[in-house]
Amino acid sequence: MRWILDNLPLIADRLWAHVATSLPAIVLALLISLPLGWLAHRYRPLNGPLLTGAGLMYALPSLPLFIVLPVLIGTGVRDAVNVVVALTLYGVALMVRSVADGLDGIPPEARNAATALGYRPLRRFLAVDLPLAGPVILSGLRVVAVSTVSLCTVGAVLGIPSLGMLFTDGFQRGILAQILTGIVLTVALALALDRLLVLAGRLLMPWARTPSRRAVRRSHRPGRSDQTDQTDQTDQAGQSVMPS
Amino acid sequence: MNQLWDAVLWCLDPSNWQGPSGIGARSLEHLGYTALALVIASVIAVPVGWWVGHTGRGRGIAVAVSGAARALPTLGVVTLMGLMLGIGLAAPMTAFVVLAVPSILAAAYAGFEAVDHQVIDAARAQGLTEAQVLWRVEVPLGLPLLISGLRSAALQVIATATLAAYVGAGGLGRYLFLGLKTQDYAMMLGGSLIVVLLAIVLDLLFAAAGRAAVPRGVRVARQGLAQ
Amino acid sequence: MTPKPRRSPLTHRSLITLAAVSALALTGCGSSDPLGGGASGSAGGDSGDGGGAGEAIVIGSQQYYSNEIIAELYAQALEAEGFTVEREYQIGQREVYLPELESGAIDVLPEYSGNLLQYYDAESTASTPEDIHAALAEVLPENLRALEPAEATDQDSYNVTREFAEEHSLTTLADLQNVDEPLTVAANSEFETRPYGPEGLREVYGVDVSLVPVEDSGGPLTVKALVDGDVQLADIYSADPSIQTQDLVTLEDPENLILPQNVTPIVSEAVNEDAAAVIEEVNAQLSAEELIDLNRQSVEDQASSADLATAWLAEQGLA
Repeated sequence: MRWILDNLPLIADRLWAHVATSLPAIVLALLISLPLGWLAHRYRPLNGPLLTGAGLMYALPSLPLFIVLPVLIGTGVRDAVNVVVALTLYGVALMVRSVADGLDGIPPEARNAATALGYRPLRRFLAVDLPLAGPVILSGLRVVAVSTVSLCTVGAVLGIPSLGMLFTDGFQRGILAQILTGIVLTVALALALDRLLVLAGRLLMPWARTPSRRAVRRSHRPGRSDQTDQTDQTDQAGQSVMPS
Repeated sequence: MNQLWDAVLWCLDPSNWQGPSGIGARSLEHLGYTALALVIASVIAVPVGWWVGHTGRGRGIAVAVSGAARALPTLGVVTLMGLMLGIGLAAPMTAFVVLAVPSILAAAYAGFEAVDHQVIDAARAQGLTEAQVLWRVEVPLGLPLLISGLRSAALQVIATATLAAYVGAGGLGRYLFLGLKTQDYAMMLGGSLIVVLLAIVLDLLFAAAGRAAVPRGVRVARQGLAQ
Repeated sequence: MTPKPRRSPLTHRSLITLAAVSALALTGCGSSDPLGGGASGSAGGDSGDGGGAGEAIVIGSQQYYSNEIIAELYAQALEAEGFTVEREYQIGQREVYLPELESGAIDVLPEYSGNLLQYYDAESTASTPEDIHAALAEVLPENLRALEPAEATDQDSYNVTREFAEEHSLTTLADLQNVDEPLTVAANSEFETRPYGPEGLREVYGVDVSLVPVEDSGGPLTVKALVDGDVQLADIYSADPSIQTQDLVTLEDPENLILPQNVTPIVSEAVNEDAAAVIEEVNAQLSAEELIDLNRQSVEDQASSADLATAWLAEQGLA
């Protein structure tokens, strides 16, 4: 544990590098998935190809992608751009499905009511569709945040700065404390982001608070099985929502 | 683009397929690691997930554990276990199992939770015992979701199994690291391409399995609804 | 189902946008070296802005803790003399950082003479430190030069446990021919293609070994594999303290298969005579024992390269 105290600047450096590569990727993934998910939702013919494509993109192994991508986009392996693009691709692959599912789950009545009230399509999308799809999109974003933070460490074997370098250096010198610090910080960062997103969700979507699981389950006892928990969904990819 | 073409040529070169370190052998190793990780992870996660889904208890803990395990960086676990267990398969396999468990666990209990409670009520009303409810109602109905969870886990593991080579085990990661360290682009990219191909094939197989696993009654019901 | 809403202008706009974005994304097909040019992109806050764009000297290191220590020695010595220094450590192996050195993205990097020579000229027959240094001067690209090497070396070496050596009466690499069991050697994966790897061993000494790649540069996992008996040989760098602490036997190399690897700073044109002199002064004090000791402190005391460098330079009166 003395290693930790002696190396706080190094730890801070690695943590900063990690945050600086994963955060932009998460944000970009969200921004890119919104239109793509909307396309998948709006145009049925595109739905299959887009979602299958997203699934396949997620199937791309990370280390090879970090290596192949520079060939395609003309950067070096250790360029920040390379890492951010690769992480964004994975984020998009995960999120497109959430956005599409979220938009799919909007009751048509709400949409029709908005149109009847005179909402233009763009305004309706921003004021009605997105907020109603919000909880599902948020759950997808949480998964993306956690997996991006975790994935960012793999680049260290290629010499890309991140918390992963605590693993490679600790490995070479046999310093268990260094590796443990890296693991703990990565998990802590991921969980902190997750909590922040949940809080943001509560702030931005106060209407979406669900009753506790206990209350819902009690209502499922014999005699009252007509209630369903609408925001607690799982999608076909088995990515389960972590209800707040 | 040249390099990608070289990589394809490398993959197709028959001399690269021969021997214990040939593409064929390494691919089999790679698939073997994936399969083993999935089996071990399932043995751990499926019973737990089914118990959580059936009784409704412990869900909070399951969710928390899944979430935390998902955040664990695989490289970190591989190097940590490597230092403790030495070279070979034990260290990376631990990391792969930890990687696979969250998806399978979540899919296991989500599959049970997605079962309409009316169906379970009806089953109990007909006099089925709890065990029969479990095996004849919940498991078959939860199977498609479980398979999609396995699919998700399989993809993650096969992608990450390249890290096994970091600590002296086999698999397609060997080509990645050797090609990377010696600037042999053809080998590096070629190995990557094969991993991607295997991942895609695996994904399609699981997708088909998922569709096949939908119980006949449910399939018929869905078709009825769609009309 | 509700009737489909009429098409709105929005759909046309979004399709066109999507097409435009895709077109832009596809114009990035480059044929550049996928492993090079990353120095300016690191987000760690300690990257330089490329060679020649300022006064800062960019010092790089391999992804090897001992190399980072040496790089830090140069860095702090230069800073003590008033130079501005930027650090780019843990880059990766030769094939990753040399392009950066050649392009000027990195200005200084401690190298190992023999390996570097064989990288540029695999056929070279130089085998003494002086010959190697002279040959290096000829094969290095024009904008790079090799400063005076240190006495310290850190070369690959084939090691066995003392029990194994005694059991088979091993002192030189040639003695391995007498061993009946199949031989495996634990080393970094690039060992496979090194001239002194399994192929060279077969050619020069007639010994067959197969490689078990462990990516810790002869570190604790490799040593553990050797000590546990998972492998019979291990490629452990000669400056590694574990050779002494684990009582390992380094097999002798009378045919000079493995070239001497003196620590040699490679510098770009951005490094002027004064800076070069500072670096060479540090190198002059770096003996083999000093390097082993620095490595030992890094591994056993888990000291950081920065702390080790400060202490060592103070001891030598260089900072």
